[in-house]
Amino acid sequence: MSIKEIQEEIVDEFSMFDDWMQRYEYMIELGKSLPLIEDQYKTDDNIIKGCQSKVWVHAELDNDKLVFTADSDAIITKGIIAILVRSFSEQKPQDIIDANTNFIDEIGLKEHLSPTRANGLVSMIKQLKLYAVAYQTQLK
Amino acid sequence: MNDTFNVSSIRRDFPILSREVNGKPLVYFDNAATSQTPQQVIDVIVDYYSTYNANIHRGVHALSQEATDKYEQARHTIQKHFNIAKAHEVIFTSGTTHSINLVANGFSALLQSGDEIIVSALEHHSNIVPWQMLCERTGAILKVIPMNLDGELLMDAYQNLLSTKTKLVFCNHVSNALGTVNPIKQIINKAHEVGAAVLIDGAQAAPHIKADMQELNVDFYTVSAHKMCGPTGTGILYGKEEWLNKLPPYQGGGEMIAEVTFEKTTYADLPHKFEAGTPNICGGIAFAAALDYMSGIGFQTIAEYEHELLSYATEQLLTIDKLKIYGTAKEKTSVISFNIEGLHPYDIGSILDKLGVAVRTGHHCAQPIMDFYKIPGTIRASFSFYNTKDEIDILVEGVKRAQNMLQ
Repeated sequence: MSIKEIQEEIVDEFSMFDDWMQRYEYMIELGKSLPLIEDQYKTDDNIIKGCQSKVWVHAELDNDKLVFTADSDAIITKGIIAILVRSFSEQKPQDIIDANTNFIDEIGLKEHLSPTRANGLVSMIKQLKLYAVAYQTQLK
Repeated sequence: MNDTFNVSSIRRDFPILSREVNGKPLVYFDNAATSQTPQQVIDVIVDYYSTYNANIHRGVHALSQEATDKYEQARHTIQKHFNIAKAHEVIFTSGTTHSINLVANGFSALLQSGDEIIVSALEHHSNIVPWQMLCERTGAILKVIPMNLDGELLMDAYQNLLSTKTKLVFCNHVSNALGTVNPIKQIINKAHEVGAAVLIDGAQAAPHIKADMQELNVDFYTVSAHKMCGPTGTGILYGKEEWLNKLPPYQGGGEMIAEVTFEKTTYADLPHKFEAGTPNICGGIAFAAALDYMSGIGFQTIAEYEHELLSYATEQLLTIDKLKIYGTAKEKTSVISFNIEGLHPYDIGSILDKLGVAVRTGHHCAQPIMDFYKIPGTIRASFSFYNTKDEIDILVEGVKRAQNMLQ
């Protein structure tokens, strides 16, 4: 599936809920399915800056596709990074670079998009895209 | 308690308290960061910009004169409130951080390598970083008064740190992260015995405790207006005249000069020596209005009511399973820092926000305290005299709900 298709699928899943509580509960559920980062990569270097809770992300190439693993010490933040990883993982770096993230707005998590928001959703997106840029350079 | 204290009528003074957040009535428990503003203060701000906005101290015209009078009147109101001996010992600043930096910068000219500065373990970053920078510049050494698990400073250890090398002691009156009220009278007296100057950061204390500068005999004291019903970006530095005369000016510019030629500039007298440029005129005037408003209710009445809220909230929060309160000093203001075992403060805070409850989560700009307790941060609820027990019940229910969702 393309990034766009995955994002549409996530939007579809969230559209089943009519209040924030159900959406948060689902997000917490999604956090549990996050492909966890291996302990050896859970280092300070891999912590995303700008988050009040700790978020670790690791990326590696599998042929021409990027695979992300991550973790967080906060449950809601883990749900958020899980949503991002699901939409970006196992995709080509150039597609990740080109992708937009408007779907966050559509799943009712718009308040997390504010750049000053303590969970640093914006920092997470930026970090995933930076990995894509770095590996794209390597592929060339 | 004063029988005339009526929290419902006080709440009507604060327009913001009637708004909703996420479809729920706002419960505002982030008062230790910024307090809300009563209509009486908002009116003063509107009046300033509607009728006499002008630059002060310079113009000969009526508006400038009027603005100058009101601004200087505000200085007198502040002087009286803190029982300061002379009006020119009140320096208007943009707030506590600015006040502390002004003193730290001034002392860089007075310190020598090997001199010692003492700070407390309970400090806000704004009261650590400027001193670290000062030590880097001068070669002075920074020493720290340790604390116990209740969040109280160890006074015996403090005594041992003091010596004739000690030039400055810095401590907050009340800890922003834990609410501990520090024994500042004792801290000041002991520092003076070895000839050291003392700066007390009063940002968290001033909304709850009316401090008397002459009785404390403190050398410097800082206050921020936005924590006591005033506007943001305004505050004061109190300094004893003899110390303010010793310190060099902090910033150059208009207002702070007596005479300027290209060869030499002579500085203006106090307080203008430290008030370069056009100040926050409206802010200073509104700060005085906020003091008048709070004095109208009475600081004693406010303290008693807030203490009642603190006791009630402590009791109710402790009924929650796995909840731990950090900062259990005997002397505390209405601040409760807590965590739920196994849960991140950020998660709880996010869910409380959805329920309309505003709390602060994180390290509260006091990372050394969080390191001491070995936690990433806390949830901090801080109460003001316009909060109610009903609101505390909403907080307690909210925490329970968050706990259910997250566990």
